[in-house]
Amino acid sequence: MSLKLEKVNYVYSTGTAYERQALKDIDLEIADGEFVALIGHTGCGKSTLVQHLNGLLKATSGAIYENGKNIYEDGYDLRSLRSRVGLVFQYPEYQLFEETVIKDVMFGPKNRGLNEEQAREKALLALKQVGVDEKYFEQAPFELSGGQKRRVAIAGILAMEPECLVLDEPTAGLDPRGRDEILSLVSRLHKERGISIVLVSHSMEDVANYASRIVVMDHGKIMYDDTPAAVFEHWEELEKVGLSAPQVTYVMQLLKKDGWDTDTGATTIREALKSILAEYERAGKP
Amino acid sequence: MIKARNLSYDYIRQDEEGNTESVYRAVNDVSLDVETGDFVAILGHNGSGKSTFAKQINALLLPTEGTLFIDGKNTKDVEKLWEIRQSAGMVFQNPDNQIIGTVVDEDVAFGPENMGVPREEILRRVEKSLKSVGMWEYRSHSPNRLSGGQKQRVAIAGVVAMQPKCIILDEPTAMLDPNGRREVIEAVLELNASKHVTIILITHYMEEVIRADKVFVMDQGKIAMQGTPREIFTQVEKLRELRLDVPQVTLLAHELKEAGIPLPNGILTVEELRWHLNRLRKRRMFQARGEVE
Repeated sequence: MSLKLEKVNYVYSTGTAYERQALKDIDLEIADGEFVALIGHTGCGKSTLVQHLNGLLKATSGAIYENGKNIYEDGYDLRSLRSRVGLVFQYPEYQLFEETVIKDVMFGPKNRGLNEEQAREKALLALKQVGVDEKYFEQAPFELSGGQKRRVAIAGILAMEPECLVLDEPTAGLDPRGRDEILSLVSRLHKERGISIVLVSHSMEDVANYASRIVVMDHGKIMYDDTPAAVFEHWEELEKVGLSAPQVTYVMQLLKKDGWDTDTGATTIREALKSILAEYERAGKP
Repeated sequence: MIKARNLSYDYIRQDEEGNTESVYRAVNDVSLDVETGDFVAILGHNGSGKSTFAKQINALLLPTEGTLFIDGKNTKDVEKLWEIRQSAGMVFQNPDNQIIGTVVDEDVAFGPENMGVPREEILRRVEKSLKSVGMWEYRSHSPNRLSGGQKQRVAIAGVVAMQPKCIILDEPTAMLDPNGRREVIEAVLELNASKHVTIILITHYMEEVIRADKVFVMDQGKIAMQGTPREIFTQVEKLRELRLDVPQVTLLAHELKEAGIPLPNGILTVEELRWHLNRLRKRRMFQARGEVE
């Protein structure tokens, strides 16, 4: 599915002393099957923006189109949009509430009107996709480890079979392996099932490793919208708005300053490795 | 400052009648020493026992077996409980759960007020501790309008105002953006360097550990590795087995070395890698021209 935001504005607490404009004239298009990362400092409007994507928040002005249809028009089925754009909140494991893992994952499909058997089928498939072992299905969610709980929470969204998956800092608080596991799961869903991904993250390294496009937000506006290489070229501006670049970007920039002919657009270890090795080889030739 | 001897902790689950259903040993036979003024980092995957160990340091949890001395006081000694909590303050992951005041300086004053510190002294302490984390100019602000990094620094100031000898930070940066993470780590380093406060930092971000004096890695409740950051981060494969990682620049250096560039082991910073690569490239250019360096 494609999502298109046109001149979207959002104002919190309109008409009160706390009035604050969280989104300012946002134009953004997320094409079918894309993997987009959304970065920005705390309070820049990222979370407000992602809550517009499935209609949880309604823009104060502007329009949002899903496959060309305006979601704010009379007769548009917002309920169906909410199941097709799956939103995984921060620390989603806090939202697990059922007695058993399987029941928790079945909740979404059942809520959509599927019967017990159909819902179970969807839940089993989703749990398999996120790699939760069968032995946990009948256990209470709170008995699982942090990483496992988070998978169960993601399975709960996947069981609704979304066409677009929006994840708000899905790796916060996880150990490095847990982070890799969740992100490779997301990447696999993107590749194998063609689900569009919107990943909100504070880890510049993760964003560079997985997304093909990065949207940078600052003060409710879009500051950059480009490939990782092009976005991290602006590392100095990013630092000014509370962000940074992956460590390899700094290495490449500094080596360039020292006279190396390195690729300053390298944002992953693999790219940096290739570029540095090539330059080191060249130095060995008379 | 901290002396642990064969320390263990069991989480015990009981049924309604009080019969033991299951026992889970979260900390298993840990012995370690932390000197006053040290900056110690504890790494370990989720569920490795780090937080349970941390909660024992300020006697939120008491050892099932073994003993733990904090500043010479046994944590099992009930009469010393408040002294122990005063000498070892804790900062947790979520800044929103730790701030109670409606104004920043009020929040920081809460701890010393509770301890019965006289008013004049409280004012002095609030000023000093807010300045030490760079939040003095925000003293009249409402905490809920601050960024995550700022809130976390206020939480640290609140602990500092109780003048502890040791501060334990349990994943203080997990919920923060890059800038917030930087602010908090700088504040912690500053407290350690200028006030000689002993720091125990628990984190999943490997870059935050490189300036520690000593690193402990926990696995299944035990100390699996210990050493300087350089000694620890040289062991890339072992860390991966323990579900951990190394800073990205350390990994890049490791891969460059595997590919044949003769870099030393355990490079920790961007500047360090830059220096070594420049040196090696120059040498190679000299060699290629048949000159001696």
